[in-house]
Amino acid sequence: MENKKIYWKGFEELTNDLEFVKKAEKEFPDFLPIAEKDEENNTSRRDFLKLMGFGMAAVSLAACEAPVKKAIPYLNKPEDIDPSIPNYYATTYFQDGEYCSILVKTREGRPIKIEGNTLSKVTKGGTSARVQASVLNLYDLERLNSFMDGGKKASKDSVDSKILSALQATNGTIYIVSNTIISPSTKSVIAEFAKKYPSTKHVSYDAVSAYGILKANEKSFGVYGLPNYDFSKAETIVSINADFLGTWLSSIEYSRQYTQGRKLSKEKKTMSRHYQFETGLSLSGANADHRVAIRPSQEGLVVAQLYNEVVGGGSSPITDKNIAEKIKKAADDLKAQKGRSLVVCGSNDVNVQILVNAINDALTNYGSTLSITQANYTKQGNDEEMAKFVEDLKGGSVGAVIFYGTNPVYDYPKGKEIADALKNVALSISFSDRVDETSKLCKFITPDTNYLESWNDAFPTDGNYSLTQPAISPIYPEGTRQAQDSFLTWSGSKNNYYDVLRGFWKTNILKGQAFNEAWTKALHDGVYETNAKVATVVTPKDSTQKETKPAQEVKPVPTTSVAFKGDAAGALSAVSSAYKADNAKTELAIYQKVGLGSGAMANNPWLQEFPDPITKATWDNYALISKSYASQLGVETGSMVKVTVGGSSITLPVIVQPGQQKNTVSIALGYGRISTGKCGNGVGQNVYPMASFQNGSILYAAYEVAVAKAEGKVEMALTQTHQTLMGRGHVREANLTEYNKNPKLIREKYDIFINTADGPKKPTELTMWKGHEEAYNKNHWWGLTIDLNSCTGCGACVIACQTENNVPVVGKQEIINAREMHWIRIDRYYSTDADTSVKSMSNYEKMEDPSENPEVVFLPVMCQHCNNAPCETVCPVVATTHSSEGLNQMTYNRCIGTRYCANNCPFKVRRFNWFNYTNDEKFTTVNFMSQSDLGKMVLNPDVTVRSRGVMEKCSLCVQRIQAGKLEAKKEKRKVKDGDVVTACQQSCPADAIIFGDMNDPESRIAKTIGITKNEQKDIVLEDERAYHLLEEINVKANVTYLAKIRNKA
Amino acid sequence: MQVTSAIREPLVTGGKTMHDITEDICKRVEEKPSMSWLIAFGFSVVLFIIGCLSLASTWWYGIGVWGLNKTVGWAWDITNFVWWVGIGHAGTLISAVLLLFRQKWRTSINRAAEAMTIFAVLCAGSFILMHMGRTWLAHWALPLPNTYGSLWVNFHSPLVWDVFAISTYLTVSTVFWYVGLIPDLATIRDRAKLTLEQNPLLATDTPAERAEKKKKRRPIAAFAYGILAFGWEGGSKVWARYEYVALILAGLSTPLVLSVHTIVSMDFATSVIPGWHTTIFPPYFVAGAIFSGFAMVLTLMLVTRVVYKLEDYITMEHIDLMNKIVMLTGSIVGVAYITEFFIAWYSGVEAESYAFINRAFGPYWWSYWAMMTCNVISPQLFWFKSIRRNLIWSFVLSIVVNVGMWFERFVIIVTSLHRDYIPSSWVYFRPTIYDVGDYVFSFGLFFVCFFLFAKYLPVINMAEVKTVLNSSDEQAKKLAEEKLKH
Repeated sequence: MENKKIYWKGFEELTNDLEFVKKAEKEFPDFLPIAEKDEENNTSRRDFLKLMGFGMAAVSLAACEAPVKKAIPYLNKPEDIDPSIPNYYATTYFQDGEYCSILVKTREGRPIKIEGNTLSKVTKGGTSARVQASVLNLYDLERLNSFMDGGKKASKDSVDSKILSALQATNGTIYIVSNTIISPSTKSVIAEFAKKYPSTKHVSYDAVSAYGILKANEKSFGVYGLPNYDFSKAETIVSINADFLGTWLSSIEYSRQYTQGRKLSKEKKTMSRHYQFETGLSLSGANADHRVAIRPSQEGLVVAQLYNEVVGGGSSPITDKNIAEKIKKAADDLKAQKGRSLVVCGSNDVNVQILVNAINDALTNYGSTLSITQANYTKQGNDEEMAKFVEDLKGGSVGAVIFYGTNPVYDYPKGKEIADALKNVALSISFSDRVDETSKLCKFITPDTNYLESWNDAFPTDGNYSLTQPAISPIYPEGTRQAQDSFLTWSGSKNNYYDVLRGFWKTNILKGQAFNEAWTKALHDGVYETNAKVATVVTPKDSTQKETKPAQEVKPVPTTSVAFKGDAAGALSAVSSAYKADNAKTELAIYQKVGLGSGAMANNPWLQEFPDPITKATWDNYALISKSYASQLGVETGSMVKVTVGGSSITLPVIVQPGQQKNTVSIALGYGRISTGKCGNGVGQNVYPMASFQNGSILYAAYEVAVAKAEGKVEMALTQTHQTLMGRGHVREANLTEYNKNPKLIREKYDIFINTADGPKKPTELTMWKGHEEAYNKNHWWGLTIDLNSCTGCGACVIACQTENNVPVVGKQEIINAREMHWIRIDRYYSTDADTSVKSMSNYEKMEDPSENPEVVFLPVMCQHCNNAPCETVCPVVATTHSSEGLNQMTYNRCIGTRYCANNCPFKVRRFNWFNYTNDEKFTTVNFMSQSDLGKMVLNPDVTVRSRGVMEKCSLCVQRIQAGKLEAKKEKRKVKDGDVVTACQQSCPADAIIFGDMNDPESRIAKTIGITKNEQKDIVLEDERAYHLLEEINVKANVTYLAKIRNKA
Repeated sequence: MQVTSAIREPLVTGGKTMHDITEDICKRVEEKPSMSWLIAFGFSVVLFIIGCLSLASTWWYGIGVWGLNKTVGWAWDITNFVWWVGIGHAGTLISAVLLLFRQKWRTSINRAAEAMTIFAVLCAGSFILMHMGRTWLAHWALPLPNTYGSLWVNFHSPLVWDVFAISTYLTVSTVFWYVGLIPDLATIRDRAKLTLEQNPLLATDTPAERAEKKKKRRPIAAFAYGILAFGWEGGSKVWARYEYVALILAGLSTPLVLSVHTIVSMDFATSVIPGWHTTIFPPYFVAGAIFSGFAMVLTLMLVTRVVYKLEDYITMEHIDLMNKIVMLTGSIVGVAYITEFFIAWYSGVEAESYAFINRAFGPYWWSYWAMMTCNVISPQLFWFKSIRRNLIWSFVLSIVVNVGMWFERFVIIVTSLHRDYIPSSWVYFRPTIYDVGDYVFSFGLFFVCFFLFAKYLPVINMAEVKTVLNSSDEQAKKLAEEKLKH
């Protein structure tokens, strides 16, 4: 058919407008002068051509400038979004048993930073590296943006209808395999689903199980939950293989409590004593006053012996003299502090945990340092039910399986069996936000929203509730759906999850209150405390509560005490036979790293590049072995070894680890992902398959392992390669008894004097500098102090700083090249056996070797903001200068990159942009935060992204100082203490970092370090523990440290 | 004026006449390039191109391609910079200081030494530009009027002092060198003009001779050297002024000999890094610079002497004298090394004493002992006259000295930085292929310049050598007469 379409130039042509018809035939409009000289307009054709030429040139010049992309102004400004003013939303982080109440900082509607919620009674404003890093998961490029049907993208409706018909058609069991669910509303949704599909079973499964404790508590007290610990009340803490400061259960909460008990001040002269019995050196072991290395096969016996010592009687199964002696010592301390002590154990063996309960019960600790009536529900995984599920899966009785927040093909010891059996299941669904090891094998993926896009609630411990609210609307509204909404859809419910959640709170948690007000307040605070009776929801086969309990049963108000009714004697004999005092074989201990944990967040480059607090290694896992074992094998750090347990073996590099039990190997979980995304795939080796089963729960150890030297050697990506302090006084420390006797002791030991003709003088007295007092007296004088007695070395601040300040990730090779970009680093030093007072060549060499079981110190170092800054004088272009408020500032725009400042920095805190991290292809994978449109959303718009060839360093969060000052100015007042909180301080679970105005005598920092001026107008730190790094070179840092005190017996 | 001992060796041997000197030196400029020159020049061009490729990558990707890291912010870049600046010291020392001290033997080596100085300073300058993270903003290190408000350079920074010192040195050296070239350029111009019509000398020739000479016309050379010669006509007034200018420039350059390396040493001396923070650095660096500069002059002159057959101008006496200076400055440097160690121990400063123990026995012990062997031990061989006057020994040792001086800067820069105050940041620096490649670039640049100079400009200062030619004693007169008879 002929095309009859007619195009016209405008309505004028269509209507045959007279004027138009006249002009239509003319090539040029009249107003363009064609004549050589147009009298009327006084412009000539030449002028026209000139103008044209200019226009062309101007356009081509303008084209050279980078175009502005996607700057779309608001047509109607949303009420609560003001450009450049951040909004904070209280919400809840929960992943792998780690609960944290948080505030999400959003800018122009984008979540950019996680802060701790100080209103929470559980985490009290603390966070961890993983919590801090979790904001990046929202912008992960690997997130699915569509529902998946058999590996192909499919529409929501088609997937839903297929799932619905499959669910209705199934006659086998419908298994919901979820990680621990602490949300009562979610449980009610699952219960509703189960009502619709009666063959539903819900299995709780934790990648890193705590089933031993749960079961032991059930047997001992009838409560399937974790105890609520209070480390702050404990005078003596004994931990057996429980890294409670790093990875064990609710470590953010414990860090805060633990450090409260360790802090010293003018008023508080006591601190807790901490014994740690463990295999590999953990974060807790590094902080312990006494640390003893034990084999995994001795674990149960150590607890048994401790039980015998505390309760009295019984044999002494431990034959090793050193261990037995330390157990005796610990037991003596425990007995001396009944009711004020605490024993914790990381074992997953129910019998061992019953003994631990018995010890704590015998010490009358229940009700003071720990409570089971006020239980903690952040781990609910039931290993036995999980095993049953795997059996059912293999047996073919499973009709459908729904994986919610779990990835068991990767992280279950028998993951391969699940993978093989999954193919035969008629319906398999995963809520995973990406194509991971499990969802890859599922028929359908209905991607869950990120927690920052979701509504939810949480019930982490008795009496504490909290809410999760979206800080951004779903990035992929069509491709993702919150799991609870999926359940509701498949249950045929018309409600959405938000309504269910509100309804649940209305009828249960906030019952009897003015709902709207109470709800708004709870939402605002993020947390809600109550001691009222609250209904708990039980999902079918949910082990949180007894099966016999009906759904919607009312949980009794916690009573003050529950009698211990565990069978300690039975447990004791079971333990005695299951463990060995001296195993001749090499043993394996499987642990979690502080950064990556279970490995669920393996595609997060911040966490991959997070230096492990102990090994300082990034981008890998490795076999940790002791020095003596290494020399026996003929290997050193970086050599490859083959580790074989049973049938499975992996080859991975070695790190020689001081403190490691002599004949053991420790390997971290969470690595060896094959399907998590470009960042995390293929990093390290998966050690989950090496875990086995003991007494029905997963055993994260192997009592017989073959370690053999393998071919090759690799370079480890370590951010710190020198292990000891070389006898230098960078970390001041003392023992509590001596310190209390003579607080001046520390100064006497560490202060450096210069001998002059007029006698010894302090370095500050000999100076060519004029000082900054005059400038500082006018206004603020910012300072930071770090209490080394509180700092546990966990590294939450490292990631908080990275997030806040847009610090790039540089990848493994660049870490090997010693070019990490972190603005704050946590130095970790081991003690040495060498005599550090003898400064000879041969002795220096010995000083480089750490002790076999070293004492450990952590020293967080960021820019010290020197008043007499060596970096400032040497910059040829004045790119780094001193502010009148004591800050050492970097002007990135002015920097030409001579790196002289970095060389002259005695603290080596300056970081150089060696490459164009924001554009260079080499960094696209690891630094997608600066290289992709989605990733860029996480950048803090208040902080410049630095270009290639520019120096950068800690600014003491100058953008936050500025924001605080502006806020105060608007209110026409001076900045109050606490108005400005740096990112590192905010994130610190130990409250070890204090920022403030040192001019303000009432500020916390001024009081803590006791800052005063002497007659020579010289700054004096009154607190005996306060000191500056490198005082002897008189750089006069504005960052102060408080000496570390140990409480050794 | 000058009293020359009868037993002193003549500075020019072989009974050269004034004309011989002109012929010997100008021949090299006028002839077609020899095969040996072409090979050497071609080789340097290849080096230069390889270096340019490496440098292009460095600039394209960023200096991350080097082996530097968070702790060691300078390594090969600044080592090479200081090394080249040091080499660049001999030229001015020979032409200025030795001129003021009336050391006549300098006349046959000063031209090449000054040229070497200029090229070495250019190489050094290339490293200043190269080492910057944002080279395209290098002009910010200059105190230029700007539109950024009252933004000025930081006069506290030794790097700014460097900018002034090096640029002054380069300017003064270039002017000094060029002024010295003018009479010789005029000679070459005149020889090129010799065949031209307007030359009055041609008037005496027969028409046949004239036609013969016309064939040899070199109008381009005459024009080019004519321009370069600034219209020099050789009158006594001009000569008198020329000598004054030379003297004034010598006076100006002399402090520069001391100041440039003093200031370079302050890059380190004014810092707080143990191993850098040392008051001994200025004299020690200057001595080291003269040491390495003379060694480089020796290396180059020994080759030029053979290739251009200049044995009569650069005699054994010259080599002997230069070797003596190498020995002297090498010993000064050796004393400085030992003094540093003593002070490190005597100061009682922990970091300082560790830095020096670490230098000698730490992970970089090999570079320290390479430095000690090359710089302190090897020049002591020059106590023996037979070695001082042996060409092979002199040549080998001159290279050994420069290897040692490179290691000296490497030792100072890298071993001080790699383990300074806080042990957690201690690292081991390893160079990459680009560190080497960019060093190769500087060699390419240096030799391309030097060979172009050697071909197109007179390598020996004809005018000055003529003044030291012994033409008045009996033997010289006899020789001259004999020559005339031929």
